[in-house]
Amino acid sequence: MKRETLIWTILFVAGGLFLATRAVVSGHGFGKAYVKQEQIHPGSKTDLRKKTVDASPKEEDAELSLPRTVGLWLAAFFTLAIFSFLYRDNVFYKITEAVFVGVTAAYWMVVGVWETLVPKLLANLAPGFTRTWFMPDLKDEPPNYVYLVPLILGIMLLLRLAPKGGWIARWPLAFIVGTYAGLRLVSFLEADFVSQIRSTIVPLVAFTQTLAAQKPVFDLWVSLRNIGLVFGVLSCLTYFFFSVEHRGLVGRVARVGIWFLMITFGASFAFTVMGRIALFAARISFLFDDWLWLIDPTGKRPQGW
Amino acid sequence: MLHILQNLDRRWIYLAMLVAVAGPVLAQKSFPEKPTKLVQDAFDYVERIPEGSNVLFSLDYAPSSDGELSPMTTTMVRHCCLKRHKMFFMTLWPDGLPLLQRNIQKIIETEFADLNLKEGEDYVNFGFNAGKEVVIIVMGTNIRKMFPTDINGKNLADIPLTANISNLSDMQLIVNISAGNPGMKEWVQYASSPLGIPLVVGSTAVQAPQAYPYYPSQMLGLLAAIKGAAEYEAALGNKYPKYQEQKYTEGIRRMAPQFWAHLLIIGLIVLGNGIYFAERVKGGPR
Repeated sequence: MKRETLIWTILFVAGGLFLATRAVVSGHGFGKAYVKQEQIHPGSKTDLRKKTVDASPKEEDAELSLPRTVGLWLAAFFTLAIFSFLYRDNVFYKITEAVFVGVTAAYWMVVGVWETLVPKLLANLAPGFTRTWFMPDLKDEPPNYVYLVPLILGIMLLLRLAPKGGWIARWPLAFIVGTYAGLRLVSFLEADFVSQIRSTIVPLVAFTQTLAAQKPVFDLWVSLRNIGLVFGVLSCLTYFFFSVEHRGLVGRVARVGIWFLMITFGASFAFTVMGRIALFAARISFLFDDWLWLIDPTGKRPQGW
Repeated sequence: MLHILQNLDRRWIYLAMLVAVAGPVLAQKSFPEKPTKLVQDAFDYVERIPEGSNVLFSLDYAPSSDGELSPMTTTMVRHCCLKRHKMFFMTLWPDGLPLLQRNIQKIIETEFADLNLKEGEDYVNFGFNAGKEVVIIVMGTNIRKMFPTDINGKNLADIPLTANISNLSDMQLIVNISAGNPGMKEWVQYASSPLGIPLVVGSTAVQAPQAYPYYPSQMLGLLAAIKGAAEYEAALGNKYPKYQEQKYTEGIRRMAPQFWAHLLIIGLIVLGNGIYFAERVKGGPR
């Protein structure tokens, strides 16, 4: 037996034994999802429609949900399958990847139809039809034919897929690029250029007013922070100023600018690490809490389970 | 020893990381958190605005960032419920829709069931709208042009809470929980900067360094990643001691795995550099 096959076999057997032992020994099992029925509008005597919501097994009206239990086990399987890539590429990872891509594409399509095409386009072009078939609460208003413009532009954009219609798609694309460029230009100027310059104009010698002292007192830390801010901005700008050769004083300031940039990149990398660990911890919590019932930090299961 | 370390299979490092993260999750021990000024400013503002103020939540993230951003969303919605603020929910991300509904169900309808908060009177779910930043721009002048109905298809004019709401300026606070584009940057560019509406941002760790320059002039508070969520939970627990209980502190619980994982990474960086210098001393490749 190959070494890797042996490792996989041991992992699967150990995992299977653990799950079987836990299911038998614990008495209550694990990996089960419970639901309950709730009135959509509680207290209403006319609207008696109900919805199914997650429930704790502690609740009296909670009942085991088979579909959600299957979903829970699938989620656990897919999580482990994705993690298995860290060992090496394998068929479980490939299946999970394909399922993820397929589900995401289908979800986006459904949301596109029901959240955009129907309420935004169809409701404006054919309100009567939309009200009858899709949105009974839609206001009774005449059709707004301005929405024919996005409809036509959308169809033109789809012609990109036609073998000889690619050039037609350039027109709506030009419209999108032009509109976004215009919108972005103004907002960047206001929020990122002017406002950021304004935020950099700070007193290098700062005084703060405290409740104890009647007069403003010198604040060393704020002063140092402001000096660091202004010097950091100027040195980084100097580094990106290529019209003057980076020698002498300019070179030294540019060198400090590089240090500021390196510290910024380091902070970004550290933040990224923190983000990834947070996501990893969330998946581990899911496996231990929702699936294996090894921990129960939110107290959703009866004590002793 | 040096030879073993030089040729160490990367999968041992993955295993060490698994132990560093899984151990604290199993042990369920957490460290005390102290809110920093960025988080405390956000908390104080939610606390300070009058009861029943309008707060718009734009949850611009997908399930891929849920593990990182869900704790801060939960705790901020919880705080707004405690203060009886009127809440408006929306998302600019299509896959943010179920997360939005889950927060309403989990916090407003279940945890605060005794308050009997009613949809349409105490909170409204606008749902998702395509159009990215254009949605924010149009909402700045007329919310109904972008959201003529709520998620249930009910006309905004017929909903008591939205009957008198016309544009973003009617909001006393915008809370944007963001994982990318459209998100934090767009809300700064098209809402807080031009309209002067108070904005609190909760961001993923990857995005946080881009958000810092906007504080405090263009956003009044920042919850940077899971650490920001933990700090907000600490601020909430300081003010309302009931919320120091473990079941309300998901963010704080996640900080223990962070601590051990960071310690492991620092150790590995030191070890890696140690191996490098040992090689140099031995006259290996430079």
